[in-house]
Amino acid sequence: MSKLDKYLRLDQFPHFACSGCGHGIALASMVRAIDRLGLDQNITIMVCAIGCAGRLPVYLNFPSIRTPHGRALTIATGIKLANSKLKVIVFMGDGDAAAIGGNHFIHAARRNIDLTAIIAINEIYGMTGGQYAPTTKQGNFASTAPFGMIEPQMDACKLVEAAGATFVARGDIYHVVELDKLIIKAISHKGFSVVEVLTNCPTQFGRRNESSNPSQMIKNIKEMTITKKQAEKLPKEELEHKLVRGILVEKERPEYIEEYDRITNFKEEVNLKWNLKNRKKLK
Amino acid sequence: MSKKVLMQGNQAVAEAALVAGVKVCAGYPITPSSEVVELLSRKLPAYGGRFIQMEDEIASIGTIIGASAAGKKAMTATSGPGFSLMQELLGYAAMVEIPIVIYNAQRVGPSTGGATKPQQGDIMQTKWGSHGESPRIALCPSSVEEAYNLTITAFNLSEKYMVPVIILADELLAHIRESITIPESDSFEIINRRTDAPPQEEYLPYKVDNTGIPILPPLGGGYRYNISGMIHGDKGVPNLAPETIDYCIQRINNKLKKYYDDIVMVEKMEEEGSKIAVLAYGSTARPAKGAVRMAIEKGIKIDFIRPITIWPFPEREVREIARRVDKILVPEMNFEGQVAGLVKQSIEGAAEVVQFSKISGLPIYVEEIYNRIIKIDRGEK
Repeated sequence: MSKLDKYLRLDQFPHFACSGCGHGIALASMVRAIDRLGLDQNITIMVCAIGCAGRLPVYLNFPSIRTPHGRALTIATGIKLANSKLKVIVFMGDGDAAAIGGNHFIHAARRNIDLTAIIAINEIYGMTGGQYAPTTKQGNFASTAPFGMIEPQMDACKLVEAAGATFVARGDIYHVVELDKLIIKAISHKGFSVVEVLTNCPTQFGRRNESSNPSQMIKNIKEMTITKKQAEKLPKEELEHKLVRGILVEKERPEYIEEYDRITNFKEEVNLKWNLKNRKKLK
Repeated sequence: MSKKVLMQGNQAVAEAALVAGVKVCAGYPITPSSEVVELLSRKLPAYGGRFIQMEDEIASIGTIIGASAAGKKAMTATSGPGFSLMQELLGYAAMVEIPIVIYNAQRVGPSTGGATKPQQGDIMQTKWGSHGESPRIALCPSSVEEAYNLTITAFNLSEKYMVPVIILADELLAHIRESITIPESDSFEIINRRTDAPPQEEYLPYKVDNTGIPILPPLGGGYRYNISGMIHGDKGVPNLAPETIDYCIQRINNKLKKYYDDIVMVEKMEEEGSKIAVLAYGSTARPAKGAVRMAIEKGIKIDFIRPITIWPFPEREVREIARRVDKILVPEMNFEGQVAGLVKQSIEGAAEVVQFSKISGLPIYVEEIYNRIIKIDRGEK
């Protein structure tokens, strides 16, 4: 028995992921980060939605809530408003974060509400059969892009950075030790933090494109990403097909709920009778 | 001491929500409901609650579901276009049995329609707007005072039966100002959801006792369970076994059938030997009642029935009326006669249903209903 077993709903195994799927690596990294931080399992809430990434937190032994497609961040916002002491981690895929839930993603970042969003990016809609995502690279094939993807690829990190996220990082499933550290930093950050995790989908993406061999796909991810330092040394032309990994944004800005409580002089749970007596004064 | 105050419909809903114990409100501006969120944004902090204006109505309902899952009473306020957007998560709330309250001040539709004009066009959407079949309670206030009282009832029913409750008002009621009597706050019964869950080792979120109502402790309250919009059995985790699908859908929908008597409220006026009845709800019930009084003064024997609960529809009460009379007049502010249709379905031909639709964005006037009653009484078409 591993020391991490306590974080798993072992009765839910075997899991549903395809062999060679990288999502498990991302999820395990998150679990290790939680363990390293020593978070209380009872007050760390897992929020997820739909798709392969959306189903994964069901295997974790935390209070968990699985929402309709793309709505994870709205439900997470409500949980924080109800009880700001809870640690809320949102695990999403390409569709949840960048497509159907894109609007919520932008505004959660802008608000800088204290949530951690971990986004597993595999450039495809795996669960529904390999349709293209906003994160699919131009020219790649998908079950709904049989002639190749026309639209340019979305950079979710740049999107949330522009929207005002105060912590943005990119990791991948090859550089796992690095990924653990990024997730630890993200969860410890006060405000809206995002970790994009580049992962592979051999079943739906790989076999239509580069390779259906999972380890080959992971090697490709390794070659695609470079550190900030490496990027500084590379000429511009070579940077075009590379993605910078590591912490991309880290800054301080007042967190939404702290700011709300400060300016409204918020008092948690006052009794009703007191309220009614004071109703006139409040008008 | 009870007190008399002048209040707007929207204001009454917001004030009553505070008495009911609302702690989180999320909303998106929309006429004619905006006063509710404006008021709550101002008052909630002092009541130990938080308000947030979200990026759209989908996010608003998502936020209140999250807040309720974390144990706080939560509500949102909207009108038709926003209510349409909320349907996805309304079905979700019903499926996962997280109590929420939604105030919908109906306005002229379809589409953008008319923001400042009343309609009663969302009756069907309230029940059938999201995919699949899921339970929801809808209450139709017809005065500002009733809007106040029913808002408290809405929270109570929602917490008691772990179901979304919709306060289905309309633009007329939302914006009307009238003098209302508010009883002493202590006189309101405030119901909170059950908390008597067994210890974590024995606990299964959707395993119900003979009440049929699950006990869902707040997320972060010491219990580690899963909430999922996918078909689930007692454990709350996805399970698509045929018997689980059958059990899950039956159980969530049967809750309201089981507690029909507690949920369904109607107002009735009956006369011995009536041949005609008027059935009206919401704002339309007031001119309807006026018309019925005028008819009684003229010596016409007539019954009046007002569904206060519109979902579940008061089938039994309507059927009883249908047995007494020959014709039931249903005035409403929509084109299809949405409630007239429900009446027909409920009474299975026991009486003739006369639909009276008005869709001009103007209220239905007393005289208009009175004239219909006279026509029916004379046997004219």
